[in-house]
Amino acid sequence: MKPRKDDFQERSKHLQKMTDAELNQYFWHLVEKVVDPLIKLAETHTSPSVERSVLLRMGFNSIEAGKLVDMIFQRGLLSKGAGHIVWRIAKEKNLDILQAGRELISGKYWDDVDRIFKGVNKNA
Amino acid sequence: MLDPKKPINIDEILKDLDKYRPKRRGWTWRKKLPEGTKIGEYEYHQVSENLKNSVPLPAAHYFGGIDPQPEVVITSEIASGRFEDDIRRMRMAAWHGADHIMVIRTLGQSHYDGLIEGTPEGIGGIPITRKQLRATRKALDLIEEEVGRPINFHSYVSGVAGPEIAVLFAEEGVNGAHQDPQYNVLYRGINPIRSFVDAAVAKRIMAFAGMLQIDGAHNANASAKLAWTVMPELLVQHGINCMYSLKAGMKKEYIALSTVPPVVSPMPEFRYNLPYAVALRELFDGFKFRAQMNTRYIESDLFDATRIHVLNTLISRLTSADLQSTITPDEGRNVPWHVNSIRGVETAKHTLIALDGMKKYVKIDEKEIREKVRELKMRAILMLEEILDMGGYFEALEAGMFVDNGYYPERMGDGIARKKDGEIAAGTVAPRDEDYMAPVCEHFGYNNLPEGIEKPCDLIGGCTFHNPEKIQFIDELDETDNVNIRLEKIRDMKKRNVIKPEVEWFADGWIQMDMTFALPEELAEAAAIALCEKLGLEEPTIIHKTVLHPAEGTYIEVKAKVPFEIEVDKLELPKKPETLPEDEIFEYVKNNPIHVVAGTVGNDEHSVGLREILDIKHGGIEKYGIKYTYLGTSVPPEKLIDAAIETGAKAILASMIITHNDVHIKNMQRLHELAIEKGIRDKILIIAGGTQINNDLAIENGLDAGFGRGTKGIHVASFIVKKLKEENK
Repeated sequence: MKPRKDDFQERSKHLQKMTDAELNQYFWHLVEKVVDPLIKLAETHTSPSVERSVLLRMGFNSIEAGKLVDMIFQRGLLSKGAGHIVWRIAKEKNLDILQAGRELISGKYWDDVDRIFKGVNKNA
Repeated sequence: MLDPKKPINIDEILKDLDKYRPKRRGWTWRKKLPEGTKIGEYEYHQVSENLKNSVPLPAAHYFGGIDPQPEVVITSEIASGRFEDDIRRMRMAAWHGADHIMVIRTLGQSHYDGLIEGTPEGIGGIPITRKQLRATRKALDLIEEEVGRPINFHSYVSGVAGPEIAVLFAEEGVNGAHQDPQYNVLYRGINPIRSFVDAAVAKRIMAFAGMLQIDGAHNANASAKLAWTVMPELLVQHGINCMYSLKAGMKKEYIALSTVPPVVSPMPEFRYNLPYAVALRELFDGFKFRAQMNTRYIESDLFDATRIHVLNTLISRLTSADLQSTITPDEGRNVPWHVNSIRGVETAKHTLIALDGMKKYVKIDEKEIREKVRELKMRAILMLEEILDMGGYFEALEAGMFVDNGYYPERMGDGIARKKDGEIAAGTVAPRDEDYMAPVCEHFGYNNLPEGIEKPCDLIGGCTFHNPEKIQFIDELDETDNVNIRLEKIRDMKKRNVIKPEVEWFADGWIQMDMTFALPEELAEAAAIALCEKLGLEEPTIIHKTVLHPAEGTYIEVKAKVPFEIEVDKLELPKKPETLPEDEIFEYVKNNPIHVVAGTVGNDEHSVGLREILDIKHGGIEKYGIKYTYLGTSVPPEKLIDAAIETGAKAILASMIITHNDVHIKNMQRLHELAIEKGIRDKILIIAGGTQINNDLAIENGLDAGFGRGTKGIHVASFIVKKLKEENK
């Protein structure tokens, strides 16, 4: 920002008559307006760390979670959910979740992943 | 169970760690006692339950050894780079009254894209890993039983692995964490979009685990050139993180604002800090307040740091605080040392207890500060208005709105500008597709779960939050950098029963010395280094200096390493004076009345020590029925001997504090010789006492006994009675 002199007296004219309660309320009203688009962004997006956190909760260790998310990210499929992909493969191949993930890490079933997930690309 | 007499056994902590589960999840506050609760003889208004085991404040022994615990949680930040040593310090801190242990992460962990495993050594902090967390939590579970109060364990959910770290913390019983996407963006240079996307997911997990969140706003104050100018922005930053946390699913009472009184003396600090503290507490009513001590203005002077921190804690008491965090007074000069962690905790405990209930009789004049409080709020509001005018948070950030050194609306044009699409980990965020799905619980945001699912993890037969047995434990990944390698040195030293001094790691060899040279600053520094070299010490480093006068003298604190070990087996302990059972002394004196004469010998006006040995009030010999004639201070040896003859005393108690030119030795010899001259030496016990006196010294100089520092009436009474009994045999 460009340097600017303190113009508080001038700039705050519309606030000077507010009561303390009104000031507090107005402060929170503005904060919410700043935050709303940020939280909306988070609701509709994901990241490698978010997806690794999903895999951890599914029982993968950090090394496995890291490898799977790298592979999924490189294929441009993060938007489907890493846990989703592992879960679908497990279901289709009748494997338990960890086994399915480990098979994927070893390079198996990626054709199936592409078949199931590639193409559907609409944003939530 | 820990044995208070034994060091914590790290091998025992590491055993079966893969199977260990923490006792609980979530944050715990202290149990407040009703106003007016008595501890010892005194009434308190802001205290919590006593501890089972603790080290009280230094003066406690005058007040029956009480150790009242403030109602406010006290934080100690402990992270030396080796968790096995941190555990020991955590135990020390818990005994002194800390129940919130905050672990700072190693340099660079913020930028580590994933989790670290094992127990590598850290720099300026600790690598946070599952093994380190689990071992530490296991130790804390034992320590909290030992002290009798739950201990909150805390670290950081930030950097580019926030959501994973939040999962790790929820699984491993970490009770609190820093989480604030603005911190990532401004101070860690992490892509803003990534930071906010990750933060919401992390916060939701923290909410599930009942963790207390602390924000990162106080960092603005630590990085600004003039800390007070960022006060309006601090309100804005707190607001953004609080609102974002609420929207991510956290409850208000689990959201704590990290707030530091921004400025210190020589500014008129209270005129700035107090209205700010009030404005903050008004705007953020219902949230929790983590009052942090100031680090921005700490230099290498431990005393100045402590003065600052006492006054910071006064602000906490004048306004409010739910947690009082401590900064070690040596943070301005090195990674904190054991003793300084404890000093920080003592500063908080001392000040909080000293100011117990002060708001009942000291009130802030609301009218006097109102204008200033309103101005601060308005300045923050104006900043929010401009952020919105600019197009929102990211646009304002790109323009350099934050951490500008101007007092908003003033701008210096030196703010930290971060690009929305730039910085570390840019371009890694992906939109969630319509069919995006995550088959786990507590997942923030859009989740296209199949219909008819009760809880998301039913899809996979349970997630780690509901089936902790699914958690995988990785032990070590680096064979050359782990706790087992480090412990080998310690095991070896313990086996040989040798020790070295330490400041942060077991037997690290560091010592600190202080000295004053009648030299100007630079020469004094050189002299201090030369002195260490002459003493055979290694790596001498000046850690503090105070110019007493530009020409007259410089005070220096220096640290250096000791190159040798001390053999514990060969240490000689001074014999402790044996005491008789109290009843035996009472009984003997009742049947054999004892009179003694007492006084401070020579030109010596000290009287306190001797009075403590004599007076019933201090548990002195009077308590046991021994009568005394007190001759006062600066008593010539002749007068003591004469008085002993006149009163038929069985003993002379001669106090000697001054030791200039060995005057105490001369006086001992003089007493002995005079008693011989007067023909009473074999009929009377001559006993010397004083801070520099010990038994050997007294005996060498002809006396019957000598008592040094820490002597109580019972020691002297026991000696007299024992001797008289022997004579009567």
